[in-house]
Amino acid sequence: MDNAPLDIQQHEANLQPTNDFSSSVMAIEIGPSHPAMHGIVRFTTYVDGELIVDMIPEIGYLHRGFEKESENSKWIQVIPYTDRLNYVSPLLNNIGYSMAVEKLYGVEAPRRAEFTRVIMGEISRITDHLTCLGASAMEVGAFTFFLWFIKAREYLWELVEQVTGARLTTNWTRFGGNATDLPDGFLDDLQERLDKVKEVMVECDRLLTKNKIFIDRVKDIGPISKEDALSFGFTGPMLRASGVPYDVRRSDPYSVYDELDFEVPVGTVGDCFDRYLVRMEEVRQSISIIEQASDKMPVGPIMGSERGVHYPDKKEVYGNIEGLIDHFKMVMEGHRPPAGEAYHAVEGGNGEVGFYVVSDGSGDPVRVRLRPPCFNFVEAMPKMTIGHYVADIVPIFGSINMIGGELDR
Amino acid sequence: MDLLIEILSIPLVQAILKIVFVILLFAMPLGTLMTLMERKWSAMIQDRVGPNRANVGNYTGRGLLHIAADGLKSIFKEDTMPEGSDRFLYLIAPFFGLIAGVASFAIIPFASPIGDFKFQVADIEPGLLFIFAITSLSVYGAVLAGASSNSKYALLGGTRASAQMLSYEVFMGLALMGLFMVYGSTRVSEIVDGQNTYWFGSLIPKWGVFTQPLGFVLFFTALVAETKRAPFDAPEGESEIVAGYFLEYSGMRWSAFMLAEYVAVVSVAALTTTLFFGGYHVPWLHLWTSAPEWLVRILQVLKFSVFVVFFCWFQIQLRWTVPKFRFDQTMALGWKKLLPLSLVNTVATAAIILIFV
Repeated sequence: MDNAPLDIQQHEANLQPTNDFSSSVMAIEIGPSHPAMHGIVRFTTYVDGELIVDMIPEIGYLHRGFEKESENSKWIQVIPYTDRLNYVSPLLNNIGYSMAVEKLYGVEAPRRAEFTRVIMGEISRITDHLTCLGASAMEVGAFTFFLWFIKAREYLWELVEQVTGARLTTNWTRFGGNATDLPDGFLDDLQERLDKVKEVMVECDRLLTKNKIFIDRVKDIGPISKEDALSFGFTGPMLRASGVPYDVRRSDPYSVYDELDFEVPVGTVGDCFDRYLVRMEEVRQSISIIEQASDKMPVGPIMGSERGVHYPDKKEVYGNIEGLIDHFKMVMEGHRPPAGEAYHAVEGGNGEVGFYVVSDGSGDPVRVRLRPPCFNFVEAMPKMTIGHYVADIVPIFGSINMIGGELDR
Repeated sequence: MDLLIEILSIPLVQAILKIVFVILLFAMPLGTLMTLMERKWSAMIQDRVGPNRANVGNYTGRGLLHIAADGLKSIFKEDTMPEGSDRFLYLIAPFFGLIAGVASFAIIPFASPIGDFKFQVADIEPGLLFIFAITSLSVYGAVLAGASSNSKYALLGGTRASAQMLSYEVFMGLALMGLFMVYGSTRVSEIVDGQNTYWFGSLIPKWGVFTQPLGFVLFFTALVAETKRAPFDAPEGESEIVAGYFLEYSGMRWSAFMLAEYVAVVSVAALTTTLFFGGYHVPWLHLWTSAPEWLVRILQVLKFSVFVVFFCWFQIQLRWTVPKFRFDQTMALGWKKLLPLSLVNTVATAAIILIFV
């Protein structure tokens, strides 16, 4: 299928109402307000009957100016903004941003903080994948599975709430540590809820993964080859479904992932079914990572105590003048990482969530740039959809798991 | 009094009374109940509570009042019409489906006749051919709605609906050929009575589902596809073309589409019961020779209703369990698998009847 984009005048002309039926190509707008476009995005689709001949994605409907906003905030004030990037796995964004700034400082969080970050991060990954799996099941009409996956997600969000006090707007990490420790009895509750999630996974696996209609709907739909996926800059489950075993946790281990044992599932042809299977397997791997991490959970502080990075202890603040001045300076001027730049990527729900931060040594960031993983996926939508039917847009779009907050920043 | 009896014995008056009875006391109430039943049952499948909020005072009736609330709400909604739509076609389209759904009850018997009086609106000779005619009428509802709405989504939905319903019509007829051969008639009352005979003395009733198992599966599939419900709901295509052919409708006209769908569900269940599960005949009831006439009639209506409700439930369960087919997959299934199968069924039935009977 010819993949050359239509010229823009033709595009405009096609959008006008016309009485000329000599051409069999019809322009049909999918989005920005459309039940399948979770998040807001618009696809101008050209169809010949039901066959898609061209597609022009248009993004930016959820642009909030995250990057510019960050430049006008203190370093620490950016953390709540990162909650709103990928809003189904906010903790992973928190962790990514905090680790980027920690890289600027050249500090590391204490071991207990790292382990809790791994646990919370993996919980977030599971919620992200469950949302995506549920949505892609719903797109092909299996609404029941959507609610079953959402039910499982609910168990986990209640855990997140126990630790961070919020389900979505977590604002949990700090530079060089975390805001709160795990509450008492958390690990037992965690295990109980993970068992429930496993049960839901088994149920859905039995009823959906082997369902003939489901397989027909997603198999060989929207395939993307290894080479194409790499040249589009795919990461995460989308890339792994195409057969490239690239996982930031494995290829560039951060935090304590090198001490944990997990597998990186890969697909073969990179169609919607492979993406579904990869995500299903990743949920299981994440559960195993959480179990290992909670077995190895060390005791100790969750926050370091280096001067200039962490707020001084309250005892210091009220007890001696140095602590008081330190506290005053940090509150008034903000964190002041040394001048320089740093890029740190974590494996987010959708792929490599990279934060590029530049500091000039003052309290305000010079630049905070996010590498959103789904930007590349949306760019590849025409490549994946052309030659398929209109009804296939939805499962393909569901499988890329576009999150508006992350895409449009 | 004599005058009244005289009026009541006019066939036309009887027919009108029966129509009112069947529509107002069976088809429509069951159709409206289905809207609640579907929401409640899907809620149970999905670990939800389902509708339970509509109330009068503190009485909610476990969600029963939602039926009234829905009806009231859609009456008071504005009846919108998109700019550039074909006014006349747009306005009449919703009622084709409803009429077709209700009309198919005309040939369904509810109990065995008392003398000349039949518990059936019209026991006509063509019988099931009437059903084929009527169900193809309901195609117009979808097509006209899709074509007149001046909306691309609706247009896609309308074309999908017309293609799907016309092709499933083809082997819906073929699937019943075997049944016609086995019972030797297209008249519904004769098919129903034919199912009241038994194999091996009085052991197994000769229900359509036992004489024509393949025919049953094919016919039921075709009927479900005709109702345009999941897994064959590509014409509605809620995820890609939003609501398909009735996307632009609102208020009572939209409700007419929904009601038509549920009435169609009930009529599918009624037809399946009548043709393949012995209709109103209660199996093995003839062994109880001293049964009073009135009790027999009541048991018959009861048996019929139970089977109808069961098949309604089965369709709901089907809808909320399986994903839906893509449009071309629906067509491929129809033409490439079900049509050959129904031909095979027809030929095999004919051969067996020719050789063994």
